[in-house]
Amino acid sequence: MSESHHEHESSFWKKYIFSVDHKIIGLQYGITSLIFLLFGFTIMMLMRWQLAYPEQPLPVIGKIFGENRMPGGIMLPEFYNQLGAMHGTIMVFLGVVPLAVGAFGNYIVPLQIGAPDMAFPKLNMASYWSFFVGGVIMLVSFFVPGGAASSGWTSYPPLSDIATVGQTMWLFGMAFLITSSLLGSVNFIVTIFQLRVKGLTFMRLPFFVWAQLVTSFLLLLAFPPLEAASVMQLMDRLAGTSFFLPSGLLISGQPLANSGGGSVLLWQHLFWFLAHPEVYVLILPAMGIVTEILANNTRKPIGAYKLMVYAIIFLGFMSFIVWAHHMFLTGMGTAISSFFQATTMIISIPSVVILAAFFLTLWGGAIRFTIPMLFALAFLPMFGIGGLTGLPLGLAAADIHLHDTYYVIGHFHYIVAPGTIFALFAGIYYWFPKATGRKMNTLLGHLHFWPSFVCMNLIFMPMFIQGLAGVSRRLYDGGLTYAHAQGALHWNVFISMAVWTLALSQIPFIINLLVSMKCGEKVGDNPWEATTLEWATPTPPPHGNFTRELSVYRGPYEYSVPGASRDFSPQYEEKP
Amino acid sequence: MQEIPYTVAVRQDTGLYNAKMGIWLFLASEVMLFGGLFSAYVLLRVGAGEHWPLGATYLNVAIGTFNTFVLMSSSITMLMAWASLKMKNFGHFKMYQGITIALALLFLSVKGYEYSMKFKHHHFPSDNTFLAIYFTLTGIHALHIIGGVVVNSYLWGPGSKMWQAEPERFTNRIEVAGLYWHFVDLVWIFLFSVMYLL
Ligand code: HEM
Ligand SMILES: [Cu+2]
Repeated sequence: MSESHHEHESSFWKKYIFSVDHKIIGLQYGITSLIFLLFGFTIMMLMRWQLAYPEQPLPVIGKIFGENRMPGGIMLPEFYNQLGAMHGTIMVFLGVVPLAVGAFGNYIVPLQIGAPDMAFPKLNMASYWSFFVGGVIMLVSFFVPGGAASSGWTSYPPLSDIATVGQTMWLFGMAFLITSSLLGSVNFIVTIFQLRVKGLTFMRLPFFVWAQLVTSFLLLLAFPPLEAASVMQLMDRLAGTSFFLPSGLLISGQPLANSGGGSVLLWQHLFWFLAHPEVYVLILPAMGIVTEILANNTRKPIGAYKLMVYAIIFLGFMSFIVWAHHMFLTGMGTAISSFFQATTMIISIPSVVILAAFFLTLWGGAIRFTIPMLFALAFLPMFGIGGLTGLPLGLAAADIHLHDTYYVIGHFHYIVAPGTIFALFAGIYYWFPKATGRKMNTLLGHLHFWPSFVCMNLIFMPMFIQGLAGVSRRLYDGGLTYAHAQGALHWNVFISMAVWTLALSQIPFIINLLVSMKCGEKVGDNPWEATTLEWATPTPPPHGNFTRELSVYRGPYEYSVPGASRDFSPQYEEKP
Repeated sequence: MQEIPYTVAVRQDTGLYNAKMGIWLFLASEVMLFGGLFSAYVLLRVGAGEHWPLGATYLNVAIGTFNTFVLMSSSITMLMAWASLKMKNFGHFKMYQGITIALALLFLSVKGYEYSMKFKHHHFPSDNTFLAIYFTLTGIHALHIIGGVVVNSYLWGPGSKMWQAEPERFTNRIEVAGLYWHFVDLVWIFLFSVMYLL
């Protein structure tokens, strides 16, 4: 009796906790990153209270944060800085990337290429647990003396070099996250190259797989320099070196005891060498998801598939030589500025190509307005706004005015929040039936989509106005003490109200996600009548995925093929 | 359940088995890691101008040269270990792999001796940027060596049981471990030239 009980227990651990099945690991990534997204969103709501009502106590819950964070419920500037740095870090490294790559990539890529699993299942598990440990370190850092890292998600020295111990935790946490993404990216690339099923040539790969492939290369090659930089910052903090500390530095009027001779710009170069490709890591998987859903719901082949593939490869290459457009204000000289300005303008071309291909796909399609489709459709103009507002930032002259203002916050949030996050929502609604055998509720979906869409714009559009008026970002009082900001400050309350409404609009989603797992409408193996291989598995797919031998005979998006009996021709069906 | 393909066999269109492609990708990322560190070195050195000390003022070139030979020899024995398996000679494999590990440990001991001499003369990473980058670069490299020793020892000891059941797969493992080892050796040659000689 106890024997069998023990066996049962160990099989539970093996099956759901330390699983090597790519689908379980994908779900683990998904659940963890959704929780982190919610957490990152929550701490941002605290910040929005402070920005809307500076110096006023936060009612009800304000007191629980304690005297060293919010004495009397009023937020200290130090705490605001911690929240700001950790909102950025958590959203990027613990929320969006693990959801887009760790969850969707893990779950969908092997299915879409007809593979039984990832190439290295054990590395896959190690990747998840390394991510998990990194996340725990980040969370624990809130409770060490001096609190969490507070030098921004960018950790610029010299501030970060002399910050409290939370910054050391941040660096250790990042080391785990970098390890995780390294293991993951090697695994994805090998899987996509080696485990494609018979007949699945590169030009027959679903665009989602292409997006994950390019993303993995970016993670593989861009993260290590940040790892190098993190080690150097750790040396600065723990061994007293001066990699990032120039000579003659004064801290509060006191000369620093360090040897000096370092360079603060060195950190910025190494950081942005990662962080620019990282923004493509945030957006490419989202584009991949949107592609799948657009094709499926317009019942049309994707416009210019090949061109999109070339565009995304080109984009991957270019993203390694644009990083210093984040550093126009560091006085690096006009020649270098011009170079990075030019590469930045060039890299916008492939993005425009991909966006244009999306709109072309819509043209004349018999559109099904499903919930995933609504989110995917909303992605297009939101990404468009985010992209267009980025162009002035890429021009050195315009950036002098706009740099470090709320204009920048508005710009990149249009890409990552109503852009990427909407695409990720779309993906959840779209693939939920494959993972569970049930559909999510449509009415709740509408209750989630429409208010979210409106609120996102009410939040981020006014930030452009504030930024153009010159309101700086990272101000704990929202600009209260700046004369030039006064004309734009009334927007702060407005934005915060919209943020809280946005939070309420996520409740239907959470209910939908939990309830539909048990009570959603039951569906078959291919409920969306889609063409790609993931829909050829049983639902939910068993360990090992496919129950029959597969071959691929055609491209990924053969919808409405003239002469075919149905309006979709799956990749695994032989041509007559 | 289906097996994962190409764990041992080579896939026609890529010409590789999974682990071999994996290690090449991993090494690509390692190139970027050390690339980042070496470019930091260049930037700091250019920034320092005249103040940058000659490597030999702090470092003992003779010891460094000796260690370079130690590591290069271990690269050769690692290659011999793999070749022995290819020729189905498990005994030779055991010997060459053992020598590889011993040479790596010798390298680490010499490195440890160098470090301790630095500390004895009160040379610390915090003294100046040269020593900072020296300790950081060689430290990270030493960690790579330690990692290699752990893996190689496992493959020499308990891991070598695989030879009985799946000889081809085991040979592949040694090949992959060898690729890593040659890379770590190569990094050292760079490191030695840059830190000790320039
Ligand atoms: C609707 C959801 C979101 C809202 C309302 C929001 C709001 C904000 C606000 C107000 C700031 C500025 C804080 C300041 O300058 O003091 C900020 C910063 C930041 N957010 Fe978000 N955010 C959201 C979602 C996201 C997502 C999804 C990501 C990433 C993928 C993200 C990444 C960042 C980063 C990196 C920063 C730091 C910017 C800096 O370096 O100054 N945010 N966010
Ligand atoms: Cu950038």
